[in-house]
Amino acid sequence: MSQSFIEQKNVHHSLGMTDADVIKIYRTMRLARLFDERSELLQRAGKVAFHVSGQGQEAAQAAAAHALDLAHDMFFPYYRDYAFVLGVGCEVSDLMLSLFAKAADPFSGGRQMPGHFGYKAKRIVTGSSPVTTQVPHAAGFALVAKMRNQPSVSFVTFGEGSSNQGDFHEGLNFAGVHKLPVIFFCENNQYAISVPYVKQMACAKVSDRAAGYGFPGVSVDGTDPFEVYAAVKTARERALRGEGPTLIEAQMYRLMPHSTSDDDSQYRSKAEVQAERERDPLPRMLMYMMQTGIWDDVKEAELKAECVKIINAATELADKAPYPVAEDTLKHVYEGD
Amino acid sequence: MAKISYLEAIRSAMREEMERDADVFVLGEDVGVKGGVFHATKGFYEQFGEMRSLDTPLAESAIAGVAIGAAMAGMRPIAEMQFADFIFPATNQIISEAAKIRYRSNNDWNCPLVIRAPFGGGIGGALYHSQCPESVFFGTPGLKIVAPSTPYDAKGLLKASIRDNDPVLYFEHKKCYHSITGDVPEEDYIVPIGKADVKREGHDITVITYGLMVHYVLRAAEELSKEGIETLVLDLRTIQPLDVDAIIAAAKQTGKVLIVHEDNKTGGVGAEVAAIIAEEILYDLDAPIQRLAAPDVPAMPINPIQEKFYMLNPDKIAAKMRQLAEW
Ligand SMILES: Cc1ncc(C[n+]2csc(CCOP(=O)(O)OP(=O)(O)O)c2C)c(N)n1
Ligand SMILES: [Mg+2]
Repeated sequence: MSQSFIEQKNVHHSLGMTDADVIKIYRTMRLARLFDERSELLQRAGKVAFHVSGQGQEAAQAAAAHALDLAHDMFFPYYRDYAFVLGVGCEVSDLMLSLFAKAADPFSGGRQMPGHFGYKAKRIVTGSSPVTTQVPHAAGFALVAKMRNQPSVSFVTFGEGSSNQGDFHEGLNFAGVHKLPVIFFCENNQYAISVPYVKQMACAKVSDRAAGYGFPGVSVDGTDPFEVYAAVKTARERALRGEGPTLIEAQMYRLMPHSTSDDDSQYRSKAEVQAERERDPLPRMLMYMMQTGIWDDVKEAELKAECVKIINAATELADKAPYPVAEDTLKHVYEGD
Repeated sequence: MAKISYLEAIRSAMREEMERDADVFVLGEDVGVKGGVFHATKGFYEQFGEMRSLDTPLAESAIAGVAIGAAMAGMRPIAEMQFADFIFPATNQIISEAAKIRYRSNNDWNCPLVIRAPFGGGIGGALYHSQCPESVFFGTPGLKIVAPSTPYDAKGLLKASIRDNDPVLYFEHKKCYHSITGDVPEEDYIVPIGKADVKREGHDITVITYGLMVHYVLRAAEELSKEGIETLVLDLRTIQPLDVDAIIAAAKQTGKVLIVHEDNKTGGVGAEVAAIIAEEILYDLDAPIQRLAAPDVPAMPINPIQEKFYMLNPDKIAAKMRQLAEW
């Protein structure tokens, strides 16, 4: 994996990004990580039932969000995408209300598990638990964008294990045939629960699969926000030119167990996880910013304090927020219910 | 009023809705250039263009899934399953996605989608071109399911389905396409979803049914009428949500109820109809609730002897009705 962006000083300038862009991506990553760590603690303390972690995947998520058009594009995130949804405009309090399954949870009103996003006002399409069902939906939105000649791109994410599902292949094929404006973004974190990449597929890279559908597939270092940003930008421009979809595979590592219900020592060694922590995108991004001179210890301390304040306030708000009313269980099966 | 076929009723409902509303479009296998394997979308490609009569790749989960996406994006897609037998690859999209989108998003998103699926047998279609898959979806909250029997209902229910803001499974019987004709108004109308229809009045026995069987039951009722037995025939038209009031009223009217469907018996729609009647008015009945349905075998064979054995027909139905009348 490349250490390149840390060694270089001005990757972001060469990509046309400002210092503020970099700081924004970093802030999103930082906020997502703190939310994630707090969620783990809340679960262990018995305050919430379940958490599914996105640690290790924040760089790719935050950078991708930053490369998209928040006024036009449509988003189909999967369950680890906390940094992504924060990057497209969700608040930590939204995530917390969902984690606590409270009535004010904007994703589902406390109905769905945490990590099941959906927020029309933020252009996030509602998602579910059966993996990869969102992929054809993204193609459907892109079809409508094409029909209506709107400058909108569908951005859909999923894990590498999920790229074995029929809906992945059917969705990519459909989008390829009709040259639809879709970015298929695979967050390859090397495991599908306990099953490693090599037991999920026989092709060397997830991105190899795009060849079967007649459009480009690229693999990038998913711990390098600049590589991800550039790939998403390129894919977006291609989509807007009417040239069709792109499959991006962001290669990374799932630093935590699959979920709070999983014990990863059953299928991977501590040494392996420890070695992968060297590639944790968060400290590496920090190092880059320090070396580039756009960041310093004071700014870092300030940001951390600000983020902790946000997390604390959101936790308190969600903890105190009311649950949905029991009888509302019956609502919204059909229109008018 | 004009006399048209069941197939023309379906075609004209789609055409008129597409003329009325630019957000309506059809997608499916062979629905474009060819106009559909049953010609349901004949002429659409010429009239509405490629994008509104969209030939899709041969992949049902994508047909449903893309249509779901388009519906959430504000369109009113009509997704055609070439045969209802091939709806199963799309089942996850229909049950896990379309049915739950409004509920799981707490009303933030909705899915105004119609899935048309030609179903039913008696056409030499064998195991995989004859099935009635409605019981797989029946009992899935969030879905509406309709199965019209006449051109009038076919047209009115399809228009209502297209205008509905929730997903509707529209089961159209292949054997009705050309064999059933009927009067349909020239002007725009809908048949509301959730309303059953008394297709024949009678005071001796009640038969509750839907789809092609409505016609077989009506023929059997004519036979019985000659014998002095008058049958009330209730056509459910909508399978989900069931018209509970109409079911109760029809059952009460005669106190003797037979439920007939082409789908196999166990776990079929008839079981639910029977349960509703038993729950509400058991002591008003003069005879046990009867069901007549296909045998519990996986699907119907192609050879004519076994297909005939599997399928109900007016004679089999009449025999069962006689039994009930004599109870
Ligand atoms: C259709 C379906 N089968 C099984 C599951 C249970 N499950 C949830 S996540 C998961 C692994 C997914 O792996 P991957 O796609 O690599 O994503 P990751 O969790 O690693 O981010 C499984 C098997 C599911 N949610 N949906
Ligand atoms: Mg994975």
